[in-house]
Amino acid sequence: MKYMESDQVLKKMNRRILYNNLFKGVFFLATTVGIIVLAILLIQVFTEGIGYINVNFLSGRLSTDPDHAGIMGAILGTLWLMAVVIPITMLLGVCTAIYNELYAKQGKAQSVIQTNIANLAGVPSIVYGILGMTIFVRTLGLGSVVLAGGLTMSLLVLPIVIVSSQEAIRAVPQHLSEASFGLGATKWQTVKNIILPAALPGILTGTILALSRAIGETAPLVVLGIPALLIPFPGGLFDRFTVLPMQIYYWTLDASLVDEYANLASATIIVLLFMLFLLNSTAIIIRNKFQKRY
Amino acid sequence: MDFVTGVALNQTVEASNENIVYYTEDLNLWYGQTHALKNINLPIYEKEVTAIIGPSGCGKSTFLKTLNRMVELVQGVQTSGVIHYRERNILDKTFQVEELRTKVGMVFQKPNPFPKSIYDNVAYGPKIHGIKSKKILDQIVEKSLKGAAIWDEVKDRLKENAYSLSGGQQQRLCIARALAIEPDVILMDEPTSALDPKSTLKVEELIQELKKDYSIVIVTHNMQQAARISDRTAFMLNGELIEFKDTDTIFSTPEDKRTEDYITGRFG
Amino acid sequence: MSINSHTNTQDTVRVKTLIEESKDSRKLLMLGEKTIPKVLFVVAFLSLLTTVGIVLVLVTETIEFFERVSVIEFFTGTVLRPLSQNPEFGVLPLINGTIISSLIAMLVAGPIGIMTAVFLSEYASDRTRRVLKPMLELLAGIPTIVYGFFAFTFVTPLLRQFIPELGATNILSPGLVMGIMIIPMIASLSEDAMSAVPNAMREGALALGATKLEVTFKVIIPAALSGIIASFVLGISRAIGETMIVTIASGSSKNFTLDVTESMQTMTAYVVEVAAGDAPAGSTIYYSLYAVAMTLFLFTLVMNILARYVSRRFREEY
Repeated sequence: MKYMESDQVLKKMNRRILYNNLFKGVFFLATTVGIIVLAILLIQVFTEGIGYINVNFLSGRLSTDPDHAGIMGAILGTLWLMAVVIPITMLLGVCTAIYNELYAKQGKAQSVIQTNIANLAGVPSIVYGILGMTIFVRTLGLGSVVLAGGLTMSLLVLPIVIVSSQEAIRAVPQHLSEASFGLGATKWQTVKNIILPAALPGILTGTILALSRAIGETAPLVVLGIPALLIPFPGGLFDRFTVLPMQIYYWTLDASLVDEYANLASATIIVLLFMLFLLNSTAIIIRNKFQKRY
Repeated sequence: MDFVTGVALNQTVEASNENIVYYTEDLNLWYGQTHALKNINLPIYEKEVTAIIGPSGCGKSTFLKTLNRMVELVQGVQTSGVIHYRERNILDKTFQVEELRTKVGMVFQKPNPFPKSIYDNVAYGPKIHGIKSKKILDQIVEKSLKGAAIWDEVKDRLKENAYSLSGGQQQRLCIARALAIEPDVILMDEPTSALDPKSTLKVEELIQELKKDYSIVIVTHNMQQAARISDRTAFMLNGELIEFKDTDTIFSTPEDKRTEDYITGRFG
Repeated sequence: MSINSHTNTQDTVRVKTLIEESKDSRKLLMLGEKTIPKVLFVVAFLSLLTTVGIVLVLVTETIEFFERVSVIEFFTGTVLRPLSQNPEFGVLPLINGTIISSLIAMLVAGPIGIMTAVFLSEYASDRTRRVLKPMLELLAGIPTIVYGFFAFTFVTPLLRQFIPELGATNILSPGLVMGIMIIPMIASLSEDAMSAVPNAMREGALALGATKLEVTFKVIIPAALSGIIASFVLGISRAIGETMIVTIASGSSKNFTLDVTESMQTMTAYVVEVAAGDAPAGSTIYYSLYAVAMTLFLFTLVMNILARYVSRRFREEY
């Protein structure tokens, strides 16, 4: 009267265990696919580009002649872009986050703002480029200068800064603000003296990650009309500029015309990746150093 | 029963008005639909320790938090009735909570120092109330830390982060922080529940010292603690005030059956 | 202690007076207390303004475009010849290119992403996970221009050794690379959904003698399905909006075809081509940029709303 024949169960079980182990292997291989491609990509870029990195390349001006081309202008342009993006996104992002997390009443207005931020985060970067080109470059007549590029990039990464700042603020334990209120502090005093300092590492980490997105973006700047061969260095907010990704783009496009352009593109990629590496390391250091103790 | 207590209290209140810091009159409180406090009539006497005991969820913490209106941090709270504090009704919406909380300090269940230095923790209150002079702040910090009986342990490490202290020290630091703005009343919400026995003893001794200068209301789930340190004890159950007497009386000859059951450990 | 309490009374008066004295500045403080939320509200509203700006810019210029080219011609036309003597503005070749490249990307990223998620959530030890996850994050942090360069200078030449008829620019190579780029996104969102399945459900099945594989397919994936679908939808949205990889590696031929070895143009790549080509403001080509961008914007918006709807509407209640 037994429903389960132990012989049969055992026999099947061996097969089931075999499948399990087989698929574990398949899943593991799938996990490594991305990593292997990443490794190939890095090896490829480094072998092609590392030989082209030297002082002249790093400090020189652009040139159509591969032997004399330098990317100082693009490095400076990237730095200028950061100089615009950091203050704008920090200010707007943190204020919006404070409002959403600490002041907004749960209700319609707040949910409209939240939904809107979520939607903005999903808008393709090139659409931001069109917005920037139409508003900043043409309507306001700025032209494709540092300020126009910086504002466009700020709008693009703003949702990232807002979301990560909100998370950082939410992570500040409530008992800290209670202690402050208990001493008779007003809401803003509590926000300024207790909540923001405690959330700052998280906010900074989020801003840095947003920043690394901004300096790696190309599409919006192509739309803004960044020139392919810009020889003067940018010196201010109203100067025309180029950035590292734009340089990679132009050299890649012409790689079939001049072989060495592919090498120059690789070398520029190495510089860009190095900058991103520095930014991300900073973010990790901040995160570890200010690990919360409460 | 409630009615009788109420009358009795009102008489007491009128009889010795000067010694009373707080008294609540028909205090009701709702969290949304939940009726959390029901017609509470309770006086708090000056320079005494008043303990509030009762099982979890009886409303004792809620009651404590209405005394400095911290309860308003929860959304959807509604109150009715009057809380007299020094002859003013603090439930009146025109009464500024910041002013109230300057006069009524609070110590929380879990030690909650700010992630700042020991010095800055204590100086925080005076600073937000506009005291800027470094010299005066130094004095306040020293006096408050002495008042909280922790000065000797921390005087050489005032610049260190408050989280480098032990749990018991942190709680005494939080008491020092509350003392720094020289409150009139100190509310304590189960201040020793997160501490080990040794630290608990220290805090209890401290409370005995503090009542010379301050009026103290302490919520505790520990009846022995209430018996050890308080002058009067209130027993709450299901949002109601069941009994309020001086501590010796309530623990020796409780009037209400429910109080007796609770203090003899038959429930809760 | 007794010495302290002796001095206390004196000091008490002082601190209290000091607090009283600073009452004037307190008025200022309360004024700030009232205005600050308003300022914050205005700033928070700026994010709404961005959306309004995007929609306004796209809509007004798109209307301008449709005064010159009929809506029907735009959405049903299979020929896109903006620069010809008698230009035609059919958007279908671009939509075709966009869908095909996204499809290729999802054929790579979907299965690999979900298998990665299964491995990380169900099989990997904590230590393995701690090694693998940062690497996947690294993959997600590579700028798209670098992927474009990689597709154009490495993947295409590599593929041509196996598929001789593959063009120097084609949709296959950028599609594949885009898939690699999207893996981390799908993997991490799906893994979140799988990790959210309560352990009790896992243990219930394991206690009956089920293998991890059976638990994965019969318990975890069905329970996490809404999250997995949402991750796919977001992945597609990301692929549709991706610009640089296809711009570089797929060229600018506006072919209306299903042959993945050929060059095709996506909506994003068209925008780049027109914008970078210095189309004179006011020309039909210039306005076509907005009409295409508007179409692109709507595509991704619908995807994003769909993803949120799926993950909210079909969320399992544990």
